[in-house]
Amino acid sequence: MLELANLSKHFGGVRAVDSLNLKIEPGQIFGLIGPNGSGKSTTVNLITGLLDVTHGSITLAGEEITRLPTHVRLSSGIARTFQNIRLFGQLTVWQNLWVAENARAQRERTNFFSRWMGGDRGARARITRALEFSGLADKADELAANLAFGEQRRLELARALAAEPKLLLLDEPAAGMNPEEIGALDDRIRQIRDSGITVLLIEHHMELIMAIADRIAVLNFGQKIAEGTPAEVQAHPAVREAYLGTAG
Amino acid sequence: MDFYLGLLQIMGVHTLLGLSAYVVLQTGQVSLAQAGFMAIGAYVAAMLTVLAGWPLIAALVVASLVAGITACLVGFPALRVHGLMLVVATIAFTEIVRLFFFNFDYQISRGNLQVGPLGGEGFRQIRYFPENGWTTLHVAVFIWTVVALVMAALWWMDRSRAGAVLRAVGEDEIAAQSCGINLTAVKVSAMTAGGAIAGIAGGLYAHYTTHIEQSNFTILLATFAIAYPILGGLSSVFGTVAAVIFIQGFLVEGLRFLGDWRNLLFGALIVLVMNIRPSGLLDARTMASLRRLFGRKEG
Repeated sequence: MLELANLSKHFGGVRAVDSLNLKIEPGQIFGLIGPNGSGKSTTVNLITGLLDVTHGSITLAGEEITRLPTHVRLSSGIARTFQNIRLFGQLTVWQNLWVAENARAQRERTNFFSRWMGGDRGARARITRALEFSGLADKADELAANLAFGEQRRLELARALAAEPKLLLLDEPAAGMNPEEIGALDDRIRQIRDSGITVLLIEHHMELIMAIADRIAVLNFGQKIAEGTPAEVQAHPAVREAYLGTAG
Repeated sequence: MDFYLGLLQIMGVHTLLGLSAYVVLQTGQVSLAQAGFMAIGAYVAAMLTVLAGWPLIAALVVASLVAGITACLVGFPALRVHGLMLVVATIAFTEIVRLFFFNFDYQISRGNLQVGPLGGEGFRQIRYFPENGWTTLHVAVFIWTVVALVMAALWWMDRSRAGAVLRAVGEDEIAAQSCGINLTAVKVSAMTAGGAIAGIAGGLYAHYTTHIEQSNFTILLATFAIAYPILGGLSSVFGTVAAVIFIQGFLVEGLRFLGDWRNLLFGALIVLVMNIRPSGLLDARTMASLRRLFGRKEG
């Protein structure tokens, strides 16, 4: 689904991401973990095009997207959430999803009126489904800024799903959540995968990622130090060293 | 009576000018180019009716198109810069347009009269309304019909997905991009629409004053253009109208008896209103309660 080949991003002398190779198979939950400052968020920003790559290439479903502008990549089947929530606060919950669904309308080349006026029945059905999936159906007319923190996180997820992406990038979706909410998130992410969407999950919360990821890569100082199933990664000495300091 | 009709005409044109800035402000861009677009609309419309003998409506349509196309062309380079840099770039544009008309002569003989723009002297004798027997009342009604049409179009746009996309860009550009929105296309479209509306405002202005000159279209006018929607609130087109009535009707005309003290109080009152109602005269909450009052559901 997504392939990063020799991907690098240098900020001056700092190698935030350094010759990273990753291959994410379709239908997987792929976990990307690493200590703070290991280059996880930079990787997401490279994939979405918010940052320009220094060298290397990014391929989505067989098509190279390394030089495409952000909005083209995001409307061609990638969707994302943000580590620090970025909603359209003065828009209603419904409008937040309405804006995002436009990406799908663009991909399908629907006519001008259903794209910009938004009277399309299919679009309404998709938005309603995404809201129900995220448990926000009764909040459709609230302003996004007035939602509680957990609801805002769910709204971001719903907004990403409204565009019906092929690949979903989740940047620390559990940050700031309580254990109960994390349990619900866990179920949701599995359901998303089971509906055929590939998930790239970036997370600090080890328990969550070990429980649901099909495959995990570990970053440290911008380089991949291990990759494998959760069990393999947990047993890997380099990973223990990165997380716990040098082992005796 | 004529005084009030004249005031209505001024308010109508200023409402259009405010609405032209309203569209651009929704995408989070502060543009002081609206006075420039209005000047272009004014000169183009007046030249078409006076020099080419066109009917007014056709002249307004072309004036609007010319101002809109100019806004589109200006938009591409200007919208690459953000915040204060955009303010400076658009101030420069308004000044360029003003200085262009300061040096622009194009006169033809009409009987024993020379008509057309004459540089610093301005463009006199735009006598379309008197020549065609329009009374002040006709003109006021015509201007407000145009205002109503533009407001209806924008009100409808606010409710459409296009409106939500404009606001989304204004709220958070990175999140908007990440929803697959083409920022450049959205911002340039808003700028083009704003330019077209300012062009209509200019065309109407030229015809009811009968005399335009470069000094009508200064940075001061551009600041008025953005002051209306900011003071009125960006949640609805009605906010802009409310602000125009407040500034042009109450502050400018209603306080005339204060003489020189008026200008002092003028600034103080605007500051006071901004403090009492920081998100505008008509903010989202006021609009929601108004809607409840009229028994309509939002969305």
